[in-house]
Formats: sequence, structure tokens, C-alpha cells
Amino acid sequence: MTSAVVVFPGSNCDRDLASAIKLVTGKSPKMVWHRETELPQGTDLIAIPGGFSYGDYLRSGAMAARSPIMRAVGDAAGRGVPVIGVCNGFQVLTEAGLLPGALMRNAGLHFVCRRVGLKVENSQSIFTSSYDSGEEIGVPVAHHDGNFQADADTLDRLEGDGRVAFRYTEEVNGSARSIAGILNAQGNVLGMMPHPERVVEPAHGSIDGRRLFEGLLEAVA
Amino acid sequence: MKARVFVTLRPGVLDPQGRAIHHALEGLGFDGVNDVRAGKLIELDLADGTSDEEIGEMCRKLLANTVIENFRIERDS
Repeated sequence: MTSAVVVFPGSNCDRDLASAIKLVTGKSPKMVWHRETELPQGTDLIAIPGGFSYGDYLRSGAMAARSPIMRAVGDAAGRGVPVIGVCNGFQVLTEAGLLPGALMRNAGLHFVCRRVGLKVENSQSIFTSSYDSGEEIGVPVAHHDGNFQADADTLDRLEGDGRVAFRYTEEVNGSARSIAGILNAQGNVLGMMPHPERVVEPAHGSIDGRRLFEGLLEAVA
Repeated sequence: MKARVFVTLRPGVLDPQGRAIHHALEGLGFDGVNDVRAGKLIELDLADGTSDEEIGEMCRKLLANTVIENFRIERDS
């Protein structure tokens, strides 16, 4: 498995993500700087990390979504290469138009940093196949702009097509219909605000996020 | 040539910052405020002859996220 972690100025979860991928797949991902125009040959998993790319200037993820590497990421996503965006990565994917909707300022205006309950809504995707549908897991969030919003038609379509991957089981940030993570229409792009890479080893206090990477490894390998 | 781009949240989109500003104004004793919406003003210094279409493209491609925001262009001519 050849995985790539895209690094923007201001990314700060890139090494966490790389460490989780290495732990599960046994192989370190290539770290790809945002100025690159191509992904490493044979990349079969792309991960967009959390952080504060470009200092969240203009809108969270807005500048990163227009950086050179994102054209290659869009092309790869179109070819069916799995892409996972976590936190700021989710914001980047919506800003790039690879996922619908937008992540707005948390409804309570506070930065929310704690472990939250998530319900696995769809266990049929390549990202969630190692979970049971309806299973509840605990995964940390750490964000200021995680309030997922889209128009009612888009929300209906996401729910009707099984594209809501994860839902919060508690009030976190005001997200429409408590949506925490969504899939694109083809099912190969996932964006989620919670950080599965932060709960992959017993020392993290939970390994609820580990199965996401294990499922991906199984799907890709 | 100068142009100003006003980026505002679309009607109906919840504006937590506007709501907080509203509460703060009320806290200061301004009780005649019905609603507050916060937006952005972006000032552009452009080459002469830049068309409205080009500025519109800048807005659609970067300055505004049209999923949640509207924009209005005002130029000194």
C-alpha cells in the first residue's frame, strides 16, 4: 500500500495521521508538500490532515483547497483512489468541491476539544467496513469550525444515499442533522471532523479509530 | 482601479458570530437591535480594465463560498 499524507503550511496532525497509517499498514506514508503538482507513483490512499492550513485565513480550508497538489488529489479521487480528510482535511475537501456542504463556525462559538460519541451510520463503505452499522464509538474532536451545513435537498440526498458515515450522539457544534462525517457519491472520499488517528493505540485510552485504518488497508490491499 | 467585495452569509444560514455580536450589543444597553449578520469586506487593487466578469470569477473561485455565502461587487469607476 502506497499512501500519501498531504502537508500544508499550518497542518499539525500530519504526523499523527502518518503514524496511525504506519501502525496499521506497516508502511510509512509519503509526506507530500502542498506545492507539489503530482502524487507519488502508485498512490492508493490519500490522507488530508487536520490543523490550521494557512492560518484558517479567509475560510478554514479555503486557501489549501486551491493549492497546486489539490488538482492531483481531485484527479486521483475521480479515478477512485480513496481520500480521507480529517478535521481541517474535511474543510479542505468541501472547499475543493470534492464533498458537498460547508463547515461553519461552531454554533456555540467555542473551540470544542474532547472525546465525543459517534454512531457509525453506514458500515458498507471502504472506510467503515470494520465497524457494525449503528455501532457507537468514542473519537476526539478538536475544532472551531465543525458546524456542517448544507441545503435541505443536499442533506436529504446524503441521508437517502447512505452517505452519512458518522453522526454525533451528542450536541457538539450545531451540525445539521448531527452529521460528523460524509462520503462522496462514489464512496471513495470521506470527510470527518473527529480524529480517528488519535485513538489507535492503547496508550491513547481507546482504539476506536483503529478499525477505520484497518478497513481501509483491507479494501485497498 | 479599486473594487470592494462584500461577502455575506446567505439568508437563512445561521450566523453564530452575528448572534454573539447581537447579544453583546444588548449587553451594552442597545436594545433596539433586531438582528445582526457579520460578513467580510475584501478590498482589491486591480489593473485598469479588469472586467466585472473577472471579479465575479475571483469571488466564485475563492473569495466567497457560494454554498453558504453571497457576494456583492462595488467598484470605483
